[in-house]
Amino acid sequence: MQLSLRSKERLFALGLLIPTFTFVLIFAFYPILYSVYLSLHRIIIGLPALGKTFVGLSNYRSLLRDPIALKALSNTFIFVAVSTFFEILLGLAIALLIHKRFRGRGIVRASILIPWAIPTVVSSQMWRYIFNDKYGLLNLILYGSDIARYKAWLAEPFYAFSAIIVADVWKTSSFAALLILAGLQVIPDELYDAARVDGATGWQQFTRITLPLIRPALLIALLFRTMDAFRVFDLVFVMTQGGPADSTNVLQFYGYKKIFAEGLMGYGSTVSVLVFLVTFLISLLYIRTLGRQFRRSEA
Amino acid sequence: MKSVINKMLFFILISMVVITSLLPFLWFVDTSLKSQIEITAIPPVIIPSGSLHFYYSAIIRYDLLHYLKNSVVVAGATTIITILLSIFAGYALARLRIRHKGLILGALLLVSMFPQISIAGPVWRILQSLGWLNSYQGLVIPYVTLTLPLGVWIMTTFFNELPRELEKAAMIDGCSHIQSLLKIMLPLSAPGVFTAAILVFIYAWNEFFFALLIMTNRQYQTLPVGIALFQGQYTLPWGEIAAASVVATLPLVLLVFVFQKRIVSGLSAGALKG
Repeated sequence: MQLSLRSKERLFALGLLIPTFTFVLIFAFYPILYSVYLSLHRIIIGLPALGKTFVGLSNYRSLLRDPIALKALSNTFIFVAVSTFFEILLGLAIALLIHKRFRGRGIVRASILIPWAIPTVVSSQMWRYIFNDKYGLLNLILYGSDIARYKAWLAEPFYAFSAIIVADVWKTSSFAALLILAGLQVIPDELYDAARVDGATGWQQFTRITLPLIRPALLIALLFRTMDAFRVFDLVFVMTQGGPADSTNVLQFYGYKKIFAEGLMGYGSTVSVLVFLVTFLISLLYIRTLGRQFRRSEA
Repeated sequence: MKSVINKMLFFILISMVVITSLLPFLWFVDTSLKSQIEITAIPPVIIPSGSLHFYYSAIIRYDLLHYLKNSVVVAGATTIITILLSIFAGYALARLRIRHKGLILGALLLVSMFPQISIAGPVWRILQSLGWLNSYQGLVIPYVTLTLPLGVWIMTTFFNELPRELEKAAMIDGCSHIQSLLKIMLPLSAPGVFTAAILVFIYAWNEFFFALLIMTNRQYQTLPVGIALFQGQYTLPWGEIAAASVVATLPLVLLVFVFQKRIVSGLSAGALKG
């Protein structure tokens, strides 16, 4: 009797989970494996008559010798490192600011959430317009009506790359701030009171109490931001199309170009696999670090 | 004296953060209200005449309302399906005795993290073989897949926080699991359902990558695709782009200002409490 109740429960649970499993297995996990399979073939979308030719690892060998792919790889890493660094730094600063109680805190928090909520395509167009050579707000602020000095920011490699980082940092620092804020809110006030009684300065309180206690929250914010930064696509697609001269080309954009603009389903899939492997390894690394963090904080 | 300076400093910093957050978008609102002459002025005109010309033009010449309709259909359908499935899965993971819960939640987390490009080609091929490219279901299916992790995590967290006693009492009174889910848990978890729904809706409303691949036919394109691809004859139609951007963003601004607390709690529930 007990056993049949238990198995009834299992059956019910399975029934509840099956729809979710179906979606995730067919449209997320199976495609990953399918990408690996495709990457071992030569398939051209526009030429279905060619069919699929098995080519072994030759796509991967080409990838390693493809200067644009390597450029996109290094661009992606630089983008991830720089944007994540600034997002966590600004996120921490904003979190510390809005953690305090003050009048109008709700409205301030809502305003900070606006960049997060705006569609990325909209924020990309917005920043593209701000950096515009003729009508842009940046030129207006820097040079006023001295239009001879107006710069075409997005036409110069360094500025174009920086522009994309600025747009990303603007949009996502608030998300980092919210995650860090959640970490701040669980620190009991008594700790600060005790520190003050012992004569600790504000800076000491920050480095000895706040920072160590929000480390897990910082790590989680770092994890989420890193993974998300690897996906950068909308900004590049709208603002620069990877240019000028591939200076803002990134992996997700390059893969998209290869598969859907050039129709190289097989070769493009090697980029897909590469991106998956890189992000998978990084997320494993983070999760292990986090696990160690939590075990230490419980001990 | 020192506390006055501190207060001033605090006020200045907060104002800086708020202004930086809002200014770029306000500049686009400003742009959308310019007239044709004002928008091509160099240096740019700061105060617009408040003309609605570009909204009119975006609707008539760029089919803005059509994109809007597609976005409403796709984001609405995604939200309904994802939330329904997340309630089921969340209840099972929070309340029923099953094995490998950690593994299931971890696998879902993985799905929410990997870049879209790593599944884009195959998803496109699957949809193509089903004849679902350029169809609503063709976009809703990947969106449901990609928002399920978030939905399931939030619902699991909310169900976990509800007291177990209520349910036990109901079971003793002869309620089955299904009855207890529908009659006790669901009404109590309404705030969780609502939070998850807002976040899923925002995701589906904003998504661009899959929309770009799957909806190549203008008839089915959503707002982000429309806004990214607006083309003028000689120059970019900045006025229409700005007007369409304001239309695409306004619903989200309203959601954020009304449900700020829920969004904050939902984001940290999804990310921190796992």
